[in-house]
Amino acid sequence: MKFTTETIVVGLAAFAALMGAAFAADAAFRIHAYVLTIVLAAATMVLLRQIQTTPRGAKVAIFGVRDDDGPYMDGVVRAGALATMFWGAIGLLVGVIIALQLAYPLVNFEPWFNFGRLRPLHTSAVIFAFGGNALLATSFYIVQRTCRARLFGGDLAWWVFWGYQLFIVLAASGYLLGISQSKEYAEPEWYVDLWLTVVWVGYLVVFLGTVVKREEPHIYVANWFYLSFIVTIAMLHIVNNLAMPVSFLGAKSYSAFSGVQDALTQWWYGHNAVGFFLTAGFLGMMYYFIPKQANRPVYSYRLSIIHFWSLIFMYIWAGPHHLHYTALPDWAQTLGMVFSVMLWMPSWGGMINGLMTLSGAWDKLRTDPVLRMMVIAVAFYGMATFEGPMMSVKAVNSLSHYTDWTIGHVHSGALGWNGMITFGALYYMVPRLWKREQLYSLRLVNWHFWLATIGIVLYAASMWVSGIMQGLMWREYDEQGFLVYSFVETVAALRPYYIMRVLGGLLYLSGALVMNYNLLKTIRGAVRAETPMGQARLAPAA
Amino acid sequence: MADREIDEPTGTATTGHSWDGIRELDTPMPRWWLWTFYATIVFAVVYMILYPAIPMIDRATQGLLGWSSRGAVQSEIEGAIANQADYRQRVANAATMQDIINDQELFQFAVSAGKSAFSVNCVQCHGMGAAGGPGYPNLQDDDWLWGGSIDDIRQTIAHGIRSDDPETRVSEMPAFGRDGILDRDQIRNVSAYVMNIAKVPPKYGDVAAGEQVFTENCAACHGDTGQGMPEMGAPALNDPIWLRVTDQDQVVAQVTSPKHGVMPAWEGRLGDTTVKELATYVYSLSGGPSATIR
Repeated sequence: MKFTTETIVVGLAAFAALMGAAFAADAAFRIHAYVLTIVLAAATMVLLRQIQTTPRGAKVAIFGVRDDDGPYMDGVVRAGALATMFWGAIGLLVGVIIALQLAYPLVNFEPWFNFGRLRPLHTSAVIFAFGGNALLATSFYIVQRTCRARLFGGDLAWWVFWGYQLFIVLAASGYLLGISQSKEYAEPEWYVDLWLTVVWVGYLVVFLGTVVKREEPHIYVANWFYLSFIVTIAMLHIVNNLAMPVSFLGAKSYSAFSGVQDALTQWWYGHNAVGFFLTAGFLGMMYYFIPKQANRPVYSYRLSIIHFWSLIFMYIWAGPHHLHYTALPDWAQTLGMVFSVMLWMPSWGGMINGLMTLSGAWDKLRTDPVLRMMVIAVAFYGMATFEGPMMSVKAVNSLSHYTDWTIGHVHSGALGWNGMITFGALYYMVPRLWKREQLYSLRLVNWHFWLATIGIVLYAASMWVSGIMQGLMWREYDEQGFLVYSFVETVAALRPYYIMRVLGGLLYLSGALVMNYNLLKTIRGAVRAETPMGQARLAPAA
Repeated sequence: MADREIDEPTGTATTGHSWDGIRELDTPMPRWWLWTFYATIVFAVVYMILYPAIPMIDRATQGLLGWSSRGAVQSEIEGAIANQADYRQRVANAATMQDIINDQELFQFAVSAGKSAFSVNCVQCHGMGAAGGPGYPNLQDDDWLWGGSIDDIRQTIAHGIRSDDPETRVSEMPAFGRDGILDRDQIRNVSAYVMNIAKVPPKYGDVAAGEQVFTENCAACHGDTGQGMPEMGAPALNDPIWLRVTDQDQVVAQVTSPKHGVMPAWEGRLGDTTVKELATYVYSLSGGPSATIR
């Protein structure tokens, strides 16, 4: 019988969660423990059904996910690809909702669905659920192929996958219940942090184990980036979340840090979550899928070494630029700024290697919308990694800080770089994972490309304009030295741009939904009857 | 470096490795990239020499320029204060508010200063255009609860209304319904009368009977014809300008169990000079001696 041990362990865990609810020290923890009980009980139920109905050795065929007969363990990658598609739609939808809430405050529904609770739900859903699953799936896909080795640890990879989904569900439900330690991008409370730590160690074991038992003599560059991402995120996560719970059966904890030390630790974490989660990890993706899709060698091996080491060395120091003109001592602000400026070229090394890999294959951009998607991702990466160092310069930061410019900046990175490279990776992986000849429709990929690109342009442009306007209004003095605008006047001025942003977000979301449709059709093996891309439609003879 | 084949389209050698079919070219690093990288490093070193940068045992290096963010803010604030010092002193020295009104230049300054202080401290209740809202008086019109002369306005801002200031303006309308002073029909009738003098047709109640109730219970504060009494903060009722009421039902509610607004006293928080400036600004919106007696 398959899954016997798993069923028993998950069942006991569900019981333990129920006990947690019974003896909870506060109401929030009680409800959260009930959520956990329900999730684990449902998981037990699913596992039980599989014990009863599955003959010995047979595979369960939900979307053909668990078909692991090939040389590589691809079931978990398939599950990761599906999770990426699912959480992407959720995260983007919540993003559109909170953008609406800023333009139309009536859309706030107290207490669970107000902006304060939905905002971390959006950021966590897109970064950790969508981005995290994309990283899990692609890293497992790439590390096996570039090491010519099956994943280390057998079903440990599955445990990592499901453990990570449980982390997402606990984090997301906690936000809606109002459970938060109020650290940006690290909102989950201590017990969810502990769970993620355990899962992350499992992830490191699977990844590193696979690298260690590789058949290739050298470690491919994509795996350097993935490994640096996994190791650094573990370090950042543990240090920033050091806290003392008020009760071991309660939701609330107090951070080990206070005051400006807390702020600095938080932004050391926050900035490197961007640096290692959203930059290093996704560069790993780029280094595999672009050469594959373009069918060209990587542009420069030397550049990849130098920009890798300089990137990971510089990034870790740049966090204080989030705390310019605060109580943080001047010397730390200086270091944060100069390291951010030095980070410019190391970041661009990745862009050069991505773009120049197309030398000799530029013509493919005309006919291959998947490759075009990956290339525009690299272009947005280059733009965002120029803008970042620029905004870290104190003179620029004094205008940009606390304004929508920052929001525009992160979204040109998140939507443009992380989103587009993930979409490209999914379009590459899904037909291969499910052993399909081709995608359901390249024309729909083209639609997705334009919906997403126009969406990003609307989003980023409206936030640049509103951010710079906001910054200028805040500092506007008249000739007698009096402040010209009250705060509420600056808010009123932003409204048209907030509405434009909703529109941009809607376009981007609809692009992602088109992709999900396209990929699900691909998984089912359907092929759309359409004129091939890049081929002129034949005009009927006159 | 076993088989360093040459890549056809670029003519560059590969490193000889292949991972899942991916090869790497042995292209040198682009020169412009390398030199820009060096330039940012040079910039960083120079910047760190000029500005506070390296933490030492008891304090960080202070930088050759002697710059500090606290120092920079300090000098900006001092500069701003120095630029306004002359005018601020003249506002402070003005013996009466009339002196400020009479000095055209000083009046302009005080209005700007007052608007600036208003934007920070007053807009939360009175609104950005000072047009108020339900329960928060409109300061743009010529209708004043506690008098619209510049001295009245200054007094109101300095000491507040029903605030904790010993000199606060204070008044309280009796709860005619809740405390059983008037019965239900009397209140409906007086509400009809109040609607009538405000020139809005009442929906219910007897206007004539209401006038009787008004004369006996309300006229002492609101005046014989409902013209109001600024000394007591009793609003004029003979116009359709209402603080918190929009229809007859709400008149009934207010007579039955009145609500009373509170305004903080600002003199202790902002100082006498800023209060004078605020009074000048609010006065400039619509105040004047004519506003005190209607």
